[in-house]
Amino acid sequence: MTTAAPDAPLLKVATLTKTFGGFTALDNISIDIRKGERFGLIGPNGSGKTTLINCISGALRPQTGSVVFCGEDITQLPPHLRARRGIARSFQIPRPFRSMTVLENLMVGLDFAGASSSLPEEDVAMSILTRMGLASKAGTPTDTLSQVELRKMELARAMAMRPKLLISDEAMAGLSSSEVDEVLDLLISLGEGDITIIMIEHIMQAVMRFSERMMCLDAGKIIAIGAPAEVMANKRVQEAYLGT
Amino acid sequence: MMKHRNSIAFWVGVAVFLIAVLSMTQIVRNEYPFFAGYVILQFIALAVAWSILGGYAGYVNFGTNAFFGVGVYTAVALFKATGVPLVVQIAAAAVVGLTLGLAVGLLTLRMRGIFFSIATIALAIIIETVVMNWRFVGGAAGIQIQRPPVTAPFDSYVKMLFFVQAVMVVIAISIARYIQNSRIGRGLQALRDDELAAECTGVPTLKLKLVACMISGALISAAGAPAAMYLQYADPSSAFNLSYSVSALAMALIGGTAHWIGPVLGAILLGSTQQLLAVTISSEVNVLVLGIMLVLFVVGAPKGIIGLLRPRYRLRAGGKP
Amino acid sequence: MFSMDLLLGAVVFGVLLGCFYAAVSVGLSVSFGLLDVPHVAHPAFLVLASYGVYQLNESYDIDPLLAGVLLTPLFFLFGLLAYRIYYETFERRGSDAGVRGIAFFFGIAFIIEVLIILQFGVDQRSVTATYIGKAWRFGEFRIPIRQLVAFAVALGLTVLLAVYLSKTFMGRAIRAVAQDEEALRLMGANPVRIKQFAFGIATAVLGVAGALLIIVAPVEPTLDRAYIGRTFCVVVMAGLGSISGTLIAAIILGVAESIVLTMFGASWAPAISFAMLLGILAVRPQGLLGR
Repeated sequence: MTTAAPDAPLLKVATLTKTFGGFTALDNISIDIRKGERFGLIGPNGSGKTTLINCISGALRPQTGSVVFCGEDITQLPPHLRARRGIARSFQIPRPFRSMTVLENLMVGLDFAGASSSLPEEDVAMSILTRMGLASKAGTPTDTLSQVELRKMELARAMAMRPKLLISDEAMAGLSSSEVDEVLDLLISLGEGDITIIMIEHIMQAVMRFSERMMCLDAGKIIAIGAPAEVMANKRVQEAYLGT
Repeated sequence: MMKHRNSIAFWVGVAVFLIAVLSMTQIVRNEYPFFAGYVILQFIALAVAWSILGGYAGYVNFGTNAFFGVGVYTAVALFKATGVPLVVQIAAAAVVGLTLGLAVGLLTLRMRGIFFSIATIALAIIIETVVMNWRFVGGAAGIQIQRPPVTAPFDSYVKMLFFVQAVMVVIAISIARYIQNSRIGRGLQALRDDELAAECTGVPTLKLKLVACMISGALISAAGAPAAMYLQYADPSSAFNLSYSVSALAMALIGGTAHWIGPVLGAILLGSTQQLLAVTISSEVNVLVLGIMLVLFVVGAPKGIIGLLRPRYRLRAGGKP
Repeated sequence: MFSMDLLLGAVVFGVLLGCFYAAVSVGLSVSFGLLDVPHVAHPAFLVLASYGVYQLNESYDIDPLLAGVLLTPLFFLFGLLAYRIYYETFERRGSDAGVRGIAFFFGIAFIIEVLIILQFGVDQRSVTATYIGKAWRFGEFRIPIRQLVAFAVALGLTVLLAVYLSKTFMGRAIRAVAQDEEALRLMGANPVRIKQFAFGIATAVLGVAGALLIIVAPVEPTLDRAYIGRTFCVVVMAGLGSISGTLIAAIILGVAESIVLTMFGASWAPAISFAMLLGILAVRPQGLLGR
């Protein structure tokens, strides 16, 4: 496993193509994500955002192209090994471990992907929960959590994995505006550390506030990439969302 | 602290159990309790072993009878060829069961759970066919087994088998308990709840499933090894009897799979009931009742007996009640 | 020395057998393929139907095919009920539903098997009809008439169901609910009712399929175990949800089994379907014409 040179990108996606039968979900996607970046990913429904995330996290394998993380080609690596190398994600529809409490959910991430530390695991997990505002829910079974609590728990579980790259997949979908702010502030504060974050979102103000750089997908292709204001002003982006 | 206290309690309980079993073999004259007791202990071992894969990982093995029969016939073949003592037969059966679990697991555990289950049925059919055509162990007609002389401190072979099966129950429970309280148990629980999320959270799902399948298979085959000595014969239709599959599954699910004690309770309850009723009703009705209870529990009491007894407590990986 | 004649005979027999397999699997194509119900009790229902046909044939001298048709409405209701129970208990729950769902159907299959043994014993049962016992001479081949009857009815049944699902309103609703339940709900239809109806149809088909089963060969209570491999193999090979694929996949299985039967004998025939099932899952899990 090679370590990346200091100025090399954290994540390098090259000529990634993913098809399902006759349908092309990703068409020759290439993108470099820099270390510590706050990267926003937008695009209309079906444009390939989650497919791209699935190829990065390992849930899917692309037809062609490669995914290189910290200088290592992880294209064929199963998801759990990518998780251990520092890629963590939340899911568009939350996927908690239903027979476990909130704390136990985090323990899975800590046990299997979080790098070992000298502190007892439960203390580490509790400190993460405290940071996310979920400390009071530590012993609660996940089936009683509200939507926003579920989303935060997913992010907490991802953080328990001590990731280098955190991918948040529409963590704010369906939330009230105050809840959106809650989650957004959380993600921004997480981004202040060493960690690199990719955020997929539909809520435009949130993505714009969060991102240092943004990319818009449409029908599996990149149609715009750059500073948030630039991307939002792009004609093609506006057409993709509103239709011609 | 809690874990340590639990450990001491557990091992004290094990010691008490084994001493009680041993004493029983020395004191009780009548042979019947040992015949019946052997069967119940066997079911406890099978239910606990089944639950390691079916309960903890959520992959439903319909082919317990395949592993059981393989255990029987490994012991038979080995004994007929070399006359090795029972302990060696059991160890060999465990190795064969482990290998079989690995083979089936590699073929099917990458797929959805239902295909694993169907594959275990296939396994049972195929292995039974192979054994039926195997002259050395008597083929379809079966084979008589001559028990070797019994060793001290036992005065009858059945009493010794009773003790041997008790030891195997202890081994099965200890392994199940260890898995449940360990990182492996937590990983299995996660993958049972949501395999994709578990994988993306760093759980090596395939490896853990294979481990659970191998251990489960090894224990089931080991539990089957002494059966030939017990019955003093072996034939395919009894060694591969479907009732082993239904019983292990039913006893584990009815007892409750969240904790290793569930299958123990299920096996004791149902096994004893079966033994008591065996004289009054036919074996088919016996097994029918088991099937009906399985369906009733699966529909009405999903967490099994332990769920009914302690509904608010969460008996889960980590060892905490 | 392996003769061409023998091979040709095996292939012809395989095609006939395959069509029969299509008829017994097409219900599973709906219940497992479209509705995603882990219906491992499907073959048990099939065998139950065949015993029902036997009883009607034995007690009232009713022609087996007619008996199968008579059983159809009964099995339709049975299917409605079964799905209701399944849905209320398992579809709604969270984790653990997968294990319990499979265990539920396994328990049901087992109960059916034991009930059949208690009622009919373990011996083989067969039916009598005018077309059973005679054979048709065709050049050098001798094809039993009952195989031809089974072939014709099976073909008709499969085509009928395929047409129903693609051309009628209810049939299209069933296919729609398999693809996008939410959309259907938004259109005002009740997806649960539709799924329940579909399961009813899938079970009703087994009435006639059961008749074919006992026409083609004698039945015995443990026959469901051999058929679990065959039916799931056909459904997976066809591609989950593809009814037309069922016919093609079934014929492939039928021919493969027939050739193995001719070359290696009967005891290995059940293993073929399982081997093919595992093979397809490993190589091309979406099947030949998958959804």
